[in-house]
Amino acid sequence: MNMPVACKILSKEQVGNDLYSMICSWGGIKPSPGQFVMVWIVGSDEIPMSVSLIEEGRIGFTFRVVGDATKALSQMGEGSCIGLRGPYGNGFDCSKYSKVLFVGGGTGIASIVAAVESFVGESVVVIGARCKDQLVGKNRLESSDAKVVMCTDDGSCGQKAFTSEVVERLLDDESFDLVVMCGPEAMMKKIYDLCRKKTICVQASLERFMKCAVGLCGQCCIGEGMRVCVDGPVFDESQLALFDDFGAFSRDASGKKVNL
Amino acid sequence: MVDISMTVAGVHFKHPLLLASGVMDEDAGSMLRMVKGGAGGVVTKSIGMNPRSGHTNPTVVEVEGGWLNAMGLPNPGIDEYVDEIASFKNHCDVPVIGSIFGADAEQFCTLAKKMQDGNVEMLELNVSCPHAKGFGLQLGSDPELVEEIVSSVKSSVSIPVFVKLSPNVTDIVKIGAAAVDGGADGLVAINTVKAMSINVDLMAPVLSNGFGGLCGPAIRPIGVRCIYELYDALDVPLIGVGGICSGNDVLEYVMAGASLVQIGSGIANRGVDIFSCVCDEIVEWMMKNKVDSLCDLVGGAHR
Repeated sequence: MNMPVACKILSKEQVGNDLYSMICSWGGIKPSPGQFVMVWIVGSDEIPMSVSLIEEGRIGFTFRVVGDATKALSQMGEGSCIGLRGPYGNGFDCSKYSKVLFVGGGTGIASIVAAVESFVGESVVVIGARCKDQLVGKNRLESSDAKVVMCTDDGSCGQKAFTSEVVERLLDDESFDLVVMCGPEAMMKKIYDLCRKKTICVQASLERFMKCAVGLCGQCCIGEGMRVCVDGPVFDESQLALFDDFGAFSRDASGKKVNL
Repeated sequence: MVDISMTVAGVHFKHPLLLASGVMDEDAGSMLRMVKGGAGGVVTKSIGMNPRSGHTNPTVVEVEGGWLNAMGLPNPGIDEYVDEIASFKNHCDVPVIGSIFGADAEQFCTLAKKMQDGNVEMLELNVSCPHAKGFGLQLGSDPELVEEIVSSVKSSVSIPVFVKLSPNVTDIVKIGAAAVDGGADGLVAINTVKAMSINVDLMAPVLSNGFGGLCGPAIRPIGVRCIYELYDALDVPLIGVGGICSGNDVLEYVMAGASLVQIGSGIANRGVDIFSCVCDEIVEWMMKNKVDSLCDLVGGAHR
């Protein structure tokens, strides 16, 4: 049932400037990589969060403090309870592909880590952020079987370059069956355009202001009524091709268009 | 071949299933997808004078038999929203019913005129939202205020005006009669039923607004009762809404007295092509029962 259930915060760790990782108890359906849960911080708000850690009886997520809800969540201690409902959305599906390029930008990295860990074929992972301490999930990725390429805007870790630039060079040098990505939409739009030219399949995890998460309120719609909460958040190249708003605009809580 | 088309207040609908207000209607693209899923008409999100973010989350949760919501009338404001209507109308020709809410008769009139200029076929006055302070039910439970708002709107526009009623009143017929006295061309019933749910482990109401409105199958018997009462007492076309998920549910409303119906939360239960599925179920029932025309069934349960 789509009703928040009280879940205990088992651990909370500050992993970077304004960045936190949290693990909670979870007795619901086991999420798959790319899916999200709605996190209710009583008295503040209820917001969607990608699941970055999937274990028996526990799930985890990594978030940046960007507003009141994430601030309130960052201040909650171990042992206190939040409301969780989900998992929601479709998640990534890499099972048909043999060689995959995973791309994560900023906190978007968190949502691809679980996908990388569960993928059995050959994979390269590009992760990028503003600076070293924003490269969430770096340690987990380095201990995975994937080849990891890192970049930062300031050069404090890995290459001093934008994620999309690193991806462009990689796509020129190597061939991939699929690019899986999550991060800022401008980054994803650039990479999507590169993939179109090279006819590489794409799975991009999109973000829109979300309310109900069950496909009713229409708040998170993109393109012709595609609901990020139910039809996404992961869309493939054939769907992205139909979205005039992909990389262009989203909508605020009132439904007003906001340029990205 | 059976005929399931309906003509209501001079507007022709190829079948009686409309998209209800507040569900998948924040932008043109969403409404177009609902039409592809089979909707025979769309009711817009309730639109006000200015942009409103609505309540913070949680705004929608599921309960036994339905959904509890307190969206808080989020909308981008009439001036921005008419562009969505225009964009919808560029791609599709199913009738659009413009839903509006205001704080007083003057705001309702301004909104009604702007909707009419936006070429909507009909208006639905939302005087029944149970969870937005200063709007909705606070106006819609007062028969004198309802009559005043409706008669002001009627004197400002020439398109048909329907009034959406709340079940959260002692006597829905009294409010319906006031709307008809004000000149309403028809009535829509029901809006959601005021309700609340509390998470006992977190010791808090689940909705951020505390209380909200219940929709879904649990309220269908209430909606059917309201339509039945209104049909008995008043002589205007009725639109039924509340918990419709199947062809059988539509027939219930039609036999109670509804000429058209609206589907909202049923989309979560049966998917975006619910409209086509429900249409098929109505046709199947009519063929089995040798009924040629759906309009012959309107009010059929009254004896």
